[in-house]
Amino acid sequence: MEISGICHDRNNMRPAVPVGNDNMRKLYHFHGGIHPPSNKTQSTRATIARAPLPAKLVIPLHQHAGETAKPVARVGERVLKGQLIGMPDGVVSSAVHASTSGTITAIDMQLIAHPSGLPNLCATLIPDGKEEWAPRKTIDYRDHSPAGLQHLLRMAGVVGLGGAAFPSDLKLSLDKHKITTLVLNGAECEPYITCDDMLMRERAAEIVQGAEMLRFMLDAEEVLIGIEDNKPEAIASMRAAVAAGGHQRMEVIAVPTVYPGGGAKQLIRVLTGIEVAAGVRSTDMGVQCFNVATAYTIHRAFAHGEPLLSRIVTITGNVMHPRNYEVLIGTPIAELVALGVALPDTDSYIMGGPMMGFPLPSVQVPLVKATNCIIASSKKIFPPPPPVMPCIRCTRCADVCPADLQPQDLFWFAQSREFGRAQAFNLFDCIECGACSYVCPSHIPLVQYYRFAKSEIHAREHDKQLADKARVRHDYREQRIEREKQEKADKLAAREKAAQAARLADAQPLTPQQQAEQAELETSRAHIRELAQSAVEHADEGTTK
Amino acid sequence: MLSALLVMSAIAAVLGAVLGFAAIKFHTEGNPLVDKIDDVLPQTQCGQCSYPGCKPYATAIAAGEADINRCPPGGEEGIRKLAELLGVEFKPFGEDAVPKAKSLAVIDESTCIGCTLCIQACPVDAIAGAAKQMHTVIASECTGCELCVAPCPVDCISMQVIGEKITNWKWKYPVYAMTATT
Repeated sequence: MEISGICHDRNNMRPAVPVGNDNMRKLYHFHGGIHPPSNKTQSTRATIARAPLPAKLVIPLHQHAGETAKPVARVGERVLKGQLIGMPDGVVSSAVHASTSGTITAIDMQLIAHPSGLPNLCATLIPDGKEEWAPRKTIDYRDHSPAGLQHLLRMAGVVGLGGAAFPSDLKLSLDKHKITTLVLNGAECEPYITCDDMLMRERAAEIVQGAEMLRFMLDAEEVLIGIEDNKPEAIASMRAAVAAGGHQRMEVIAVPTVYPGGGAKQLIRVLTGIEVAAGVRSTDMGVQCFNVATAYTIHRAFAHGEPLLSRIVTITGNVMHPRNYEVLIGTPIAELVALGVALPDTDSYIMGGPMMGFPLPSVQVPLVKATNCIIASSKKIFPPPPPVMPCIRCTRCADVCPADLQPQDLFWFAQSREFGRAQAFNLFDCIECGACSYVCPSHIPLVQYYRFAKSEIHAREHDKQLADKARVRHDYREQRIEREKQEKADKLAAREKAAQAARLADAQPLTPQQQAEQAELETSRAHIRELAQSAVEHADEGTTK
Repeated sequence: MLSALLVMSAIAAVLGAVLGFAAIKFHTEGNPLVDKIDDVLPQTQCGQCSYPGCKPYATAIAAGEADINRCPPGGEEGIRKLAELLGVEFKPFGEDAVPKAKSLAVIDESTCIGCTLCIQACPVDAIAGAAKQMHTVIASECTGCELCVAPCPVDCISMQVIGEKITNWKWKYPVYAMTATT
């Protein structure tokens, strides 16, 4: 990869040497970015604690991007910790497991952590407190093929823990592309969130071993671990783990703290200088990116035979004891909030960070694989936004857009529902980081407009696909009816023809003697007709007389 | 004089040959406008436009025989698209054609007598079953045209509105108070 060929922009050519950066590597800038107050120190004072076993777990069967897992446990069944309760259904899907041993009491629709506030299929598990494990099979990844390992990850329910929850096995099946660089994302750029920071501080060795497994599966040459320079403890811990493990061609790199430096495309840009263009995947350019927590989970899956049953979650914001907890998937958020002790003026809870998160529909919803942070919100921490004013086209949003878009134009098109033009202006390159809304002097909720436009476009494409399918089926039906009609007509014609042929065949064999007889018969018949005719005429004459 | 005539007729002959070749090479079967209109229509094949399907309606629009506001399943969005495609004014729905919420035919399988009438009525072959066997609607193929409801002799088919689910949920248009500054 010729880096200099990609850095055509003079601005982007400028190497950024972050403050306190002791690595000699040349780093790059991505366009835009903002510096919101990080608010990370509150939750990093204490070590990761294990959350107590809750009285009830609600495990959603759709915790990943793609299709909902098919429930394979029965209601009333006793399940063991780590037992499969949701089978991956379809290509883009992942497995779901019982987070502890206990009894499945219901499989039904329950409220989940989703911006829609709509229910989805969940399994309710009442723990028996024994934490009895299903048989665990540890493997040495070097003895297996990458395809076999991918299947294991799929069945272990491993998904990206950075937020999107995309099934990890799919990010590893890259037959066409040669991956040279594996980027491990420990940037954690969003304010308040510290789960990856604490994981890197405390479990660096396991993350690094997970990275080694990822390198093996991708057949990548080098591993670059990018961590924002506001986490010196995590950087030190990870560097120590890499040195202690004797890992070759694996480097921990401090990157400058700028939001959204933890976006996959942004981190790849900063570390390698590669700019991933619109409509292109980073794998096309030889780079694949995984979150550090995902690497940790992969290590647990292979080296300990443990599927993804728990994750590190930050509880912070308007709480008495902000801290990181290792929490079982399916734990009601209320239990976690109780651990942090929310202050009395708390009015809502945000899942994710303040920039990209969404308010939870209820505090009773269960924690899912994608839950990295719960922020107790109050009017003091997040004051209600000032009234929205018209766009003055100041283009401050364009200055900070990390995807180098023109947010003011996209806003205009989304507002007037000109979706075609929004798409032409690369709406789908927007990563919804919220930097534009953050700097907007008119306080316009820009990202909401982009989300609206994106989901409208998706819905239309879906409808179009259905219409095309219906057209094909209708055409087939018409053809079939036409064909059946034709076949019937042909059959009828054939039968008619056969009957006619039979009649002809009957008429054919007449000997000259028979013909003579027939002619004689005909002449006598004619004679009789003549006689009858004359008789009638005579009778008529008689009556007229 | 003669050479000028020759040159002109030679040019005419060459151009004529090119045009003739183009007419054969780039010949289009049917009316391309019909296909473009048909592409916009929702393909429910419901006949609510009084034509026996989407394609006949598209043909009628292309021929200028039908209005563009005869397709309730397409919604106002559909009328807008047709207006844009044909370069005519938007025309709202009349009283006789009002869009309904998207729905799905559901057969009450315990009541079904297996008469196959609905199977014959379905324009997209979305009902599975055989004579004297229970029938059922293939939900993913059903366009919600309601054509199967009327023929059923035991009234076991009902139209159920497809509600909002996680899978079809959409982000809403942002609504907020816009206050004037003094």
